[in-house]
Amino acid sequence: MEAIYALAIGTLVAAGVWALLRPRTFQVVVGLSLLSYATNLFIFGMGRLGENRPPILPPDGGASPTLYADPLPQALVLTAIVIGFATTALFLVVLLALRGLSGTDHVDGREPDR
Amino acid sequence: MNVIAPHLPILPIVLPLLAAGALLLVSESQRTVRRSIALASIAGQLVTALTLLYLTTDSVPEIWSRGIGVYSLGAWPAPFGIVLVVDRLSAMMLALGAIVALATLVYSMSHWDRPGQPFHPLFQLLTMGLNGAFLTGDLFNLFVFFEVLLAASYGLVLRGVGTVRVRTGLHYIAINLFASFLFLIGVALIYGTAGTLNMADLLGRVQALEADERALFDAGAWILGIAFLTKAGSWPLNSWLPGAYSVSMAPLAAGFAMMTKVGVYAVLRIGTLLGEDQAAAAILGEILYYTGIVTLVSGTIGMLATLHLRRLVSYSVIVSSGLLLASLGLGIEALTAPVLFYLATSVLTTAAFFLVAGMTDRTRLFFDAAGAEVPKAPPASSPGAVPETGTRALPGYMGFGVHEPDPYGTEEEVGTPIPIAIAFLGSMFVCCVLLVTGLPPMPSFIAKFALLSTVLETAPAAGEAGAGWGLVVAILVSGLVGIVALTRIGIRLFWTVTQRRTPRLHVLEASPVAFLVLLCLALVAASGPVMGFLQATARSLHDPGTYIESVLSARYADTGRGTQP
Repeated sequence: MEAIYALAIGTLVAAGVWALLRPRTFQVVVGLSLLSYATNLFIFGMGRLGENRPPILPPDGGASPTLYADPLPQALVLTAIVIGFATTALFLVVLLALRGLSGTDHVDGREPDR
Repeated sequence: MNVIAPHLPILPIVLPLLAAGALLLVSESQRTVRRSIALASIAGQLVTALTLLYLTTDSVPEIWSRGIGVYSLGAWPAPFGIVLVVDRLSAMMLALGAIVALATLVYSMSHWDRPGQPFHPLFQLLTMGLNGAFLTGDLFNLFVFFEVLLAASYGLVLRGVGTVRVRTGLHYIAINLFASFLFLIGVALIYGTAGTLNMADLLGRVQALEADERALFDAGAWILGIAFLTKAGSWPLNSWLPGAYSVSMAPLAAGFAMMTKVGVYAVLRIGTLLGEDQAAAAILGEILYYTGIVTLVSGTIGMLATLHLRRLVSYSVIVSSGLLLASLGLGIEALTAPVLFYLATSVLTTAAFFLVAGMTDRTRLFFDAAGAEVPKAPPASSPGAVPETGTRALPGYMGFGVHEPDPYGTEEEVGTPIPIAIAFLGSMFVCCVLLVTGLPPMPSFIAKFALLSTVLETAPAAGEAGAGWGLVVAILVSGLVGIVALTRIGIRLFWTVTQRRTPRLHVLEASPVAFLVLLCLALVAASGPVMGFLQATARSLHDPGTYIESVLSARYADTGRGTQP
């Protein structure tokens, strides 16, 4: 599971960075979204992966911490999702504004001279 | 006092939040009400910050012993709950931020906060993010407050009209979003290895790490450091800064003066908490020095390369960041106090200079939305030009665009009285130039002098003689180049302008600038006590034991709940 998880994050980051470096605004926003998914998965993974491990204690459960998932990364991911989502939405609005004002979707607001 | 004082640390966060909420409820047309709310909030923050500053000086030992105040939110003790920590460094940064915010807000009230987009709520949220970043005691909330202040600044950069603002805003947002993801990855790595996010709890956990986990932790600290350097405007990561700072409105750029210093603050805070020797990568270690030097040099070159005042001031922000990072990167404890002194003066300087730049923009007749000059033919009715109704032929030199007084005219005055607005602007400009370049009698001179002499004294003993000399040369050369660049632009702005329109200066605009400059002069007069305070700050920073102990031992007693278990 760890290998698949790591591969998924790596693929997301690679695709995200590649798209982020594209000169078109839409690709940049897609790249940022992919990076934010990768980051969130990464935070989640830092709480250690495991199966059948609830983050809260059942009343009849044991007290060993190995039985439970770490709840903190889940809280962090939740916050990071909210913040990342909001800032990406804002970025989308700015992107649309630039598209409307400059008439092109190039990140510099004008087509490169060829 | 004893009842309120323990709850003071939360006020710098709650006040602007409440004010921002209230401002959203008041309609745009009720300008007086909006301005009063905004001003009351900033004034409250300033009073709170100054009180906290007083409390951290050990003058009132019965409230906070050892100059460190800890506020446990929800009364949860430190390693598990969220804490706000006030020590001398945070209190100083809070006070600086509140002073700059006050000056900026008053300045913007002249006409910059006109209806259109919500200026006041965003500005309040910007101060909330700044205050929170200085106060928070754990890494994740540092991220949250960074995002709060950045989100507000995104909105503020875009304020106004013009494609150029939207374009630079887009670059600014993209780079900072990327840096935020780096921040999160760093935080996640640190949590995954050390198992804590509380800054005070980190050191003990790190020292207990196995070698392989330790490598991962160091990688996390490095990634975090890269995120901080991006915010601080350090060299390869600062391409967004001159654009974003020079196109945003003048008072906002002044308010942003504090933002790059948040990055420097974070480097200093976490770097000193992790310690020089205990952690291999106490936030970038030696690399910090080299990045700082390159930042200093690149900012200096930028200053020399631009003829646009606001861009030039933006580059001077980069120069000051570079100076701070390079000095911190030397890793000499004795340097911290002069570095902090320089940080304080540089914040006030940059704010004042951006405000002055906002006013000098208006002495120009033509400028585009970004404030940059647009070449355009002068109108025939401008002073000095020959009236079209005249019978004489146009003198030859007029063809070159030189508008000297008409040699045949008799109606022309020989000497023109200097308008008081231009005199004020000119003198403030000179003060700002002296401040930026660090010439006497300004506090930045004292800061640079203390910095240089300390480097020369202590660097050889610390085995950093070469690096120390490198820093000395870089600082001196950048100061000289700064004088050249600023003199050149000063001549362009105040001497060689033939098409000047005397700007009408509002008292609301002039007074904040004068206030900041006078405050700098007061800082010179009080440099002895200030330096003493900063040395105490440096001592407590480099002795993280006190900080760690204060934070981790804070229980319910500190939140005024008495002695519950």
